[in-house]
Amino acid sequence: MSEKNGQRRLLQGNEAIVEGALAAGCRFFAGYPITPASEIAEMMSLRLPALNGTFIQMEDEIAGMGAIIGASLAGVKSLTATSGPGFSLMQENLGFACAAEVPCVVVNVMRVGPSTGLSTSPAQGDVMQARWGTHGDHPVIVLAVSTVVDCFATTVQAFNLAEKYRVPVIVLSDEIVAHTRETVVLPDPADIMVIDRIHPGVPPEWYIPYEDNSRGVPAMAAMGSGYRHHVTGLIHDVRGFPTERPEEVDAFIRRLFRKITNGFAEIQITRSVMMEDAEIAVIAYGAVSRSALRAVRLARSRGIRAGLLQLITLFPFPRKAVEGVLRQCRRVLVPEMNMGQMIREVKRVNLATEIVRHNRVDGQFITPAEIYDHLLSM
Amino acid sequence: MSEKTNSVRHDYLRHDKKFPHVWCPGCGNGIVLGSLIRAIDKLGLGKDELVLASGIGCSGRMPVYVDFNTLHTTHGRALTFATGIKLAKPALTVITVMGDGDATAIGGNHFIHAARRNIDLTAIIINNQIYGMTGGQYSPTTPYGSFASTAAWGNIEHAFPIAELAVTAGASFVARGTVYHAAMLDGLLARGIAKKGFSVIEVMSNCHTQYGRRNQMNDPVTMMRHFKEKAVSVDRAAKMSAEEMNDRFTIGVLADVDKPNYMEEYQKIRERAQQH
Repeated sequence: MSEKNGQRRLLQGNEAIVEGALAAGCRFFAGYPITPASEIAEMMSLRLPALNGTFIQMEDEIAGMGAIIGASLAGVKSLTATSGPGFSLMQENLGFACAAEVPCVVVNVMRVGPSTGLSTSPAQGDVMQARWGTHGDHPVIVLAVSTVVDCFATTVQAFNLAEKYRVPVIVLSDEIVAHTRETVVLPDPADIMVIDRIHPGVPPEWYIPYEDNSRGVPAMAAMGSGYRHHVTGLIHDVRGFPTERPEEVDAFIRRLFRKITNGFAEIQITRSVMMEDAEIAVIAYGAVSRSALRAVRLARSRGIRAGLLQLITLFPFPRKAVEGVLRQCRRVLVPEMNMGQMIREVKRVNLATEIVRHNRVDGQFITPAEIYDHLLSM
Repeated sequence: MSEKTNSVRHDYLRHDKKFPHVWCPGCGNGIVLGSLIRAIDKLGLGKDELVLASGIGCSGRMPVYVDFNTLHTTHGRALTFATGIKLAKPALTVITVMGDGDATAIGGNHFIHAARRNIDLTAIIINNQIYGMTGGQYSPTTPYGSFASTAAWGNIEHAFPIAELAVTAGASFVARGTVYHAAMLDGLLARGIAKKGFSVIEVMSNCHTQYGRRNQMNDPVTMMRHFKEKAVSVDRAAKMSAEEMNDRFTIGVLADVDKPNYMEEYQKIRERAQQH
């Protein structure tokens, strides 16, 4: 791709995602055809062989997700791309990637659902599925793209975050962004920051595959690199072997969350436009943020002090940035192509009421006594 | 003999970490594991270059016990993960171990497509004709008329012949063995692992706890006798009538064909793309 870099190119969003993935070092794609995401697979099948990478069209999206996890475990950065129905099928193995901490990137080009829905129309209905689609308590990173340039840059970012935090990263696109053609200038590969997972720095006999550290992200050894270990979707101890001991289960689940919490400052990406003196604001993401930007500019031209907070990161929810907006503005509009999914997250950033949580993640039941004691202590 | 055998086993097992195992006393899974280790030892494969991937169920616990690169995936999906591993790192020898429900019910689609695609993988399918871990529900290989916890009045579905299914789906190497014919199984597994292309070794195994108990074969010995009596070699079966073969099954090599495997073909595509 080097010969074309630094040049102006007319690309559609799906093509820019491919360029971003390749620039980030992705060398494996497995997937299944689906509108409006198929161009990503088509471009990957064309581009990967020349880069010594591998493309495979699997029998369904379940298999596509399984194959990219396998490739990533073998040390190769991996991508799959789909739309709503396929994204539903991927949830099972997506959970495996969360539990076993396998870096990978999943692009969901959203279309109208539920079910087969409107296969060629855009929507933002999969936001909560991206966050909570697979069963069980799990952390995940969800990014949203709004322009063709975004598709490139955010896909690079998605791979970097996946590698750095050993977590699947979901990129939410939609039919508008996917099929819009825009002129973009792709950066020179030398100017792109690419992050790779950290390999163990100790000899194999000292390697503890899921050992905690200050970042909460264990070093990751590829299969075949001499660091033989066990990988499972069962809750496991630091050596990777199944455990049911409450203290080990608790430590495991809490570390999964802590590693993301530790990275909030870096992971929670937002873009503020004309927010400095804004009195009213729009909070938007994906293609809708383009309409929002236009609307804000219009308002400004009429003397209304409006601003835009665009969410690039949807999850972990960029609470700090949203809180700032809520503190500053009288009214906030949250436009979305769904019945209201992110607005609930925005409403949750509610400073008037103290909301206290009580959690257990060690496989043990929360007893009435625990809750009673906590209530009394509040 | 036994001392030599044990030392081979110990060399490949995480014997100091992960034992005792979760399987019932007399379970056929241990025989398959022993056989697999002898086959690997015979082939002289190093532990670092081996991957053992499993799905969910009693068979799914096998990778924990061996000192390879091991992977315990989701139910039915072992072959999809294995596909990714093999394509990403073709130098690895990738073996999957699955159960009958795992491979032919929830994973049935992946199974036939892996056979059709002919990626150089080995699929060991331990067929105990029942869902053992979940409590004896009928599987796609539970014989017609037999009993299961979800077939209290007798099973009215018809069983998949797994090995024959694999032949039809296009696997390069297909064999069937039993846990009674352990020495033969060593050889079948070694041939399957060595074969370039997709190999399937179906192993008829005993779950006396969940299947036998409900079908007048209460203990491992009775079930072993059953396998001994019902197994017919491929050569002998060829001379028998369909009627004679009625409740019997063939053991031995059902298919061994040479055809281009996926990685060889894909390498050609890479070369073509790079010259372009």
